[in-house]
Amino acid sequence: MSDTPAATPTGRVLIGVEVHLQLNTKTKCFSPSPYSFGAEPNTQIDPVVMGLPGALPVLNREAVRLSIRTGLALGCEIAETTKWDRKNYFYPDLPKGYQISQFDQPLCVGGGIEIDDDEGNPKIVRITRAHLEEDTGKSTHDEGGNKSRVDLNRAGAPLLEIVSEPDINSAGEAERYLDALREIVAFLGTSDGNMQEGNLRCEPNINVIFDDGGKTPIVEVKNINSVRNVGKAIEYETERQTRAYLEQGQTMANTARSTRGWDDDRGVTVHQRYKESADDYRYFPEPDLPALTIDRASVEAERAALPELPRARRARYREAYGLSADDAVVLTGGPVISAWFEATLAGPAGPRDAKTVTNWIQGELLRHLNEHKMDLADVALSPEGLGEIVDLLAAGTINPRTAKELFREVVESGASPTALVTERGLGQVSDRGAVEDAVRAAMEAQPKAVEDVRGGNPKARGRIFGEAMKQLQGRGDPKLVGSVLDELLG
Amino acid sequence: MKGFDNPLDLPVATMAARVRDADDPLTASELVETSLLRIEALDPAIHAFLCTTPDLARAQAEAVDTAVAEGRDPGPLAGVPLAVKDNIAVPGVPLTCASKILGGYVPPTWATSVKRAVDAGACIVGKTNLDEFAMGSSTENSAFGATRNPFDTSRVPGGSSGGSAAAVAAGMAPLALGSDTGGSIRQPAALCGIVGLKPTYGRVSRNGLVAFASSLDQVGPMARSAADARALLEAIEGTDAADATTRRMSEVARGPQTGLDGLRVGWAREFDVRDVPGGAPTQDVVDGVRTLLEDGGATSVDLSLPLVEASIPVYYIVAPAEASSNLARYDGVRYGQRTADAETLQQLYARTRDEGFGEEVKRRILIGTFALSSGYADAYYKRAMAARGALRVAFQEAFETCDVILSATTPTPAFAIGEKAGDPLAMYLCDVLTVAANLAGIPAVSIPCGRSAEGLPVGLQLWGPAGSEGRLLDIAEDLADATGHRYLAPSLETGRTA
Repeated sequence: MSDTPAATPTGRVLIGVEVHLQLNTKTKCFSPSPYSFGAEPNTQIDPVVMGLPGALPVLNREAVRLSIRTGLALGCEIAETTKWDRKNYFYPDLPKGYQISQFDQPLCVGGGIEIDDDEGNPKIVRITRAHLEEDTGKSTHDEGGNKSRVDLNRAGAPLLEIVSEPDINSAGEAERYLDALREIVAFLGTSDGNMQEGNLRCEPNINVIFDDGGKTPIVEVKNINSVRNVGKAIEYETERQTRAYLEQGQTMANTARSTRGWDDDRGVTVHQRYKESADDYRYFPEPDLPALTIDRASVEAERAALPELPRARRARYREAYGLSADDAVVLTGGPVISAWFEATLAGPAGPRDAKTVTNWIQGELLRHLNEHKMDLADVALSPEGLGEIVDLLAAGTINPRTAKELFREVVESGASPTALVTERGLGQVSDRGAVEDAVRAAMEAQPKAVEDVRGGNPKARGRIFGEAMKQLQGRGDPKLVGSVLDELLG
Repeated sequence: MKGFDNPLDLPVATMAARVRDADDPLTASELVETSLLRIEALDPAIHAFLCTTPDLARAQAEAVDTAVAEGRDPGPLAGVPLAVKDNIAVPGVPLTCASKILGGYVPPTWATSVKRAVDAGACIVGKTNLDEFAMGSSTENSAFGATRNPFDTSRVPGGSSGGSAAAVAAGMAPLALGSDTGGSIRQPAALCGIVGLKPTYGRVSRNGLVAFASSLDQVGPMARSAADARALLEAIEGTDAADATTRRMSEVARGPQTGLDGLRVGWAREFDVRDVPGGAPTQDVVDGVRTLLEDGGATSVDLSLPLVEASIPVYYIVAPAEASSNLARYDGVRYGQRTADAETLQQLYARTRDEGFGEEVKRRILIGTFALSSGYADAYYKRAMAARGALRVAFQEAFETCDVILSATTPTPAFAIGEKAGDPLAMYLCDVLTVAANLAGIPAVSIPCGRSAEGLPVGLQLWGPAGSEGRLLDIAEDLADATGHRYLAPSLETGRTA
């Protein structure tokens, strides 16, 4: 055996993420202005948001409720008492010169999110804490020019900052963590969780530890605008830090922590600044807002009102209904489709067949939505409507062809399928005499086909079958038509 | 008894009752015009006002008079002219805080306290001078010039609500709003011979009061008598959805006439100013009150409140710490003055604030920034907050043994303009008898208690447990009856019969 070079140390990436989640309140965290993405600059402001002299913050209780709801869903402990602190720093998009946040008594502590690791095994990413704070405004700087503009619309919007432990070990895990979080808040209705519109922002803290004991300095990456780019930034950083360690010996001991920005065009991270010492935000308790005692009964009421979360829901769909993994994923893709599925399943005379319902939703309904670029919420058809089609079909009242035609009509109109069947006589023909008459007529009309079949060519049977169905205006019971045909053909 | 030559010198309740009486010829408009004339005649020598608001006052007076004519009740302060400290917002009227940095700023909304006074019928005649952002004890720290004491114009009126105190003392307005963070209502009230009350923290809304130290600031009434102060306090107090620190409290209406017999009066040795330079004559006045009360059947309770000794250092950590944060918003970005000379964002901030703030404000921002800094916050801010909690408890315990604590309001009467201006520590010590009430969140009122040998007003301070303003004012009224010490107008050259 020949000499091998000294083994290259193997690295393992550690990632903790800070997520800022904008909560779905009607008004801001501490003032009465509404906030919605994309409004004309500085149209959603008030004296508190502007930091006018003498204006005082007043807590929006709904922001606290949505934080508690989210925290409970993430398995956090909800604090008995919590308080507000001022985080002091100067920036033009921070109107008061301080941000109202929570420093040492966060509303939510602990908890975690279950994801799949890269091998597909379940894994918990622990949550350190989640606290409520107000958002800043937005600054824009003229490219090359000397003008900066400040839009305070976003200032004061409620944010839940969710900090994870460094339990994430790959780009894929980070993406799944964020997807899981987005899914959860979608089911909770506490946030839109949309990264493009900035109501979910993610800043991963990344470093690599090597099996020779080396550790690279922690890098926080900012300005990432999609889940996929979080993954890309992590991949890039893992590689960059590994190289810097192996080639330049850069370690936590000889290099300070730093902040880097994600450059989407070039697909790289760019150094912004070193955090030589901890930033001094001069935190102190916010004197304008009393400490908050969280009523236990309201927490328990909130806990009782939590919906089943997507991961548990998926497992149940597979176990209870025997759905495939893919079907379970699609049917838990959001609260609307999941609710649709469950409502369709729940027939008036006991649960409908899950596989049939799944096929209808996956097949006809989602295809229709895709073709027409519609959301499920915009569809006129109700889950009860789809359920009726399933029932009519199962009872043999209509045949599959009628069912599909019926679907195409009621998905637009929202009319009751049962009523339409009665009104138009669409019920399937199951009367043996009528079917025999139709089959005989078909055989008379297709003598060549009859001859062919009898001559040993079964393919021609389809032509006679089609003719018989035509005689029955497409409403014939296909099973009965088939068996009568086989009988008469001998 | 001296008659009232001028309706503006009537007790507020009488003045308002006459305005509300459709058969009485006295109108709100007459009161407002009288007030504006007096300001015009007297204020050049006093400089109590930063601006007058004749259009606003006349419009409000007309509304009051119209209401009376139409048989509607314009409220318990009907037609009473009101001066407002210029750190309290009145929409459409420039709000300066006596600082250059707010240059050109006009607030869009009402301070709750002023709005409530106006809703009760008061008419705003102007905005009064103060130490910049209420930081000071002499009203010399105003970017627009010092206010003078109506009893001796070579002396300060106290501060920071010196403009409001001087306006009331000189008879320019019967009522004024002040703000008190460490004594800023009571100390100038004492130096100007009027009544000034700092309410329990949370009784009066701070909405629209420009924050200096949010956990200490309270808006309160300044008036010529305890009854007048009560009338204004009743109008402005009460919970406010716009201020989360307001609390429901017991009423401030006059209680049953129980007199001073049986009253338990606390005397804390830490409030004795006999050994303070120049304090002996003041302490003589206080001791005289003690004798008189004891003769009248009151029980004296000797107390020790050792934590009071720490109240100045505690105050000068907590107040600047909060101020350093509260004043961060004055950055030249959204309103107020902005430097003309900045290339970078850092320069914009530094130069705007350097040009806009006065020396004392800068000093306190620096102290506060330091006290909150990482590595120092534990030693300063957190220790100060702990001491503050202990002080609150000490007062609670003291009030289990007495109904009221009496002390001087200031160690000495009004000092000369310029006397302490160069010595910030000497100025800070002016607050030694007042800051403990703010730190503990309890009410205290300063009432006139005679004159010094030089003829300058001396103030007596009454401290009570949280929520006891009504009782404090009852005792103040009874004390004035017992001592005979009431507001006496200064002898000013002009304007008394305007």
